[in-house]
Amino acid sequence: MAEQTAKRPVSVPLMADLAARGESPEILFWVGCAGAFDDRYKRVTRAFVRILEHVGVSYAVLGMEESCTGDPAKRAGNEFLFQMQAMTNIATLNGYGIKKVVTACPHCFNTIKNEYPALGGEFEVIHHSTFLQQLINEGKVTAKGGESFKGRRITFHDSCYLGRANNIYEAPREVLEVLDADLLEMKRCKTNGLCCGAGGAQMWKDAEPGKKEVNIERTEEALATLDGDADVLLNLQGVESTAPVLPAGSNRGGSVIAVACPFCMTMMADGVKNKERESDVQVFDLAELIASAEGLNA
Amino acid sequence: MHFSFQNLLFLLVAVAGFGLFAWQARKIRANILVGRDRDMSGHVNERLWKTLLVAFGQQKMFKRLTPAFLHLIVYVGFIVINVEVIEIMVDGLFGTHRFLQFLGPLYSALTGTNELLGALVVLAVVAFWWRRNASVVRRFTGPELRAWPKLDANIILYVEVVLMVALFTMNAADLKLHQLEGKDLPGAFPVSSLLTGLFPDNLTALAVLERVGWWAHIVGILLFLNYLPSSKHFHIIMAFPNVFYSRLVPQGQFSNVDSITHEVKAMMDPSYAVPAPATNPDGSALAPTPFGAKDVDDLAWTNLLSAYSCTECGRCTSVCPANLTGKLLSPRKIIMDTRDRVEEKYNSPLIFHPSLYGAEAKHNPQEQLDKENHTLLRGYVTPEELWACTTCNACVEACPVNINPLESIIEMRRFLVLEESAAPNSLNVMFSNIENNGAPWAFSPSDRFNWADDLFVTEKTPVTA
Repeated sequence: MAEQTAKRPVSVPLMADLAARGESPEILFWVGCAGAFDDRYKRVTRAFVRILEHVGVSYAVLGMEESCTGDPAKRAGNEFLFQMQAMTNIATLNGYGIKKVVTACPHCFNTIKNEYPALGGEFEVIHHSTFLQQLINEGKVTAKGGESFKGRRITFHDSCYLGRANNIYEAPREVLEVLDADLLEMKRCKTNGLCCGAGGAQMWKDAEPGKKEVNIERTEEALATLDGDADVLLNLQGVESTAPVLPAGSNRGGSVIAVACPFCMTMMADGVKNKERESDVQVFDLAELIASAEGLNA
Repeated sequence: MHFSFQNLLFLLVAVAGFGLFAWQARKIRANILVGRDRDMSGHVNERLWKTLLVAFGQQKMFKRLTPAFLHLIVYVGFIVINVEVIEIMVDGLFGTHRFLQFLGPLYSALTGTNELLGALVVLAVVAFWWRRNASVVRRFTGPELRAWPKLDANIILYVEVVLMVALFTMNAADLKLHQLEGKDLPGAFPVSSLLTGLFPDNLTALAVLERVGWWAHIVGILLFLNYLPSSKHFHIIMAFPNVFYSRLVPQGQFSNVDSITHEVKAMMDPSYAVPAPATNPDGSALAPTPFGAKDVDDLAWTNLLSAYSCTECGRCTSVCPANLTGKLLSPRKIIMDTRDRVEEKYNSPLIFHPSLYGAEAKHNPQEQLDKENHTLLRGYVTPEELWACTTCNACVEACPVNINPLESIIEMRRFLVLEESAAPNSLNVMFSNIENNGAPWAFSPSDRFNWADDLFVTEKTPVTA
């Protein structure tokens, strides 16, 4: 049967509008500050919304009513500011009777899931890696019909606030498995994963004096994993390649460092840039990979 | 049974050994209890299960196989050989000889296992010594491993060898004595039977050697017991309560400060009634406690318990992203500093108290002069160390006895921010951005929904001809 491709404009539903109509969505998509303001990570937010639209789940966002969860303030020791933020957000969420929150940011996820309950905010909180895994398991997402990742190398960088902080290691890996790519594990992965260097409010300050930046250490590990041994490296440079590697500079070729956190995204992308490997290694969020494999970005 | 002067002497030695240990243990208990109260009741089954897995079962040791295997030998040796200590105690008090021999074949199994483990312990200790002193294991270096911690680590290894030598001297001499007298010695001695050739054929000399081995073994154990409170080796006891009282919540969940919760609630809702502050039993007001931690008594008692459970293995520091990239932060140092400071400020239960230790612990001579500032924060741990932490929980995950250095780091950050407004300037900018814009960056809140502009989704629809 022939198919036709059409671009459908999306008007992202606002919680306030739904409430005014007396409707309540199945999930509230918590966008987070990076998802709303960081130019690179806005693309992840948009990719995730495309997936939500594609599977037809009923969702809404808070829009301008959303505010920082307080995570960076809390990790930096500013408990007062954290609790101000937390209680304001809890009042907003409870005001709309929200039951289920989905977010792409592990820091928002951890804070709302673990630290809001003691302050009066009890929600079912799901990270987008788990949510995508569920969509795949339910057959709503097949990762077919779009970009093929077959034969390409992908390594997943564990976010501390998803992994060690909340024991979510398998969901992002199961999401990546659907891509039919070559998944490679870094030596330091899962419980032993190395931080990207941005957690604990490091994102907003210069690092203390040292020998190296943490993100460089981690990027070097990711690149070494993707490059593999000398033979593998040759493959990546296009000699006797078993993988369909496209010419340098093409944004459809090369290997991928997959992330599931906006701060990891910034740190790993900066690392790849620092190592001058942007031509053959890209950093993508899970949602972007799935949206493009599903053909939603075309 | 030959009750004699020797038994009386043993009674005195045992009472002195255990009494001295009890006296030291009381002081350490008092040190731990200077920490802030934290309710750790409940979840007993979950805690026992965790203790069984992590402490008894050595679960987290097996993240690194070679040291885990070596450690397992010494650990199982310690437990099994302690059964023999029970026998030594009974023999010593009542003048019996090899009191447990009534166990028959089980006694042979016990003594045989003991001997094999004893030999393996000697081999493991040699390997440990080599790893620590001759090979380059990065986590056995570092500025916090000053003279005393290094000496301490080696003393433990030497004592373990001495104890094993005493055990084999006792067994081999006893075995040869029985052989020469044409009698059977109950038990199995697979290692000592190989050593009898080294021993004299003189019955008196053998009897003396057997006694020397016996006394050296038990006196050595009692001395070692009393060395523990001065040493990182105290972990062989403290690991168990520390794992039992370790956190059960997800590692990402940080504590909420309750006093701040009341303040914030009162700010947001003027009708909110802040509960009356706790008072002393006589009704007088409690001394106000600061936000966060400046000194050891501002930490929770569980953090101080942890300081006594640390065996300074450095697994935390070896996985710390800040430390790996050359920053000052070392989670192990924070834990070691906590123990040093609590013993400086409160009880020093040390019998073996090397004087150089106290002098070395004071890192910064400038601040040593300032008694006010000579606290855990600044006197031992510098803000530079604290600000290097990414709160990634790698140290927490790595610790084989579930110590949580991150809790102490966050408590000290809270003191710096809430009591001293001493955050790095860039973080103060982040705080004011959150306050003013609801985001850590300086973006206008009115732009928060701009990401949704001009959004399309590509859809495939079947075309019917």
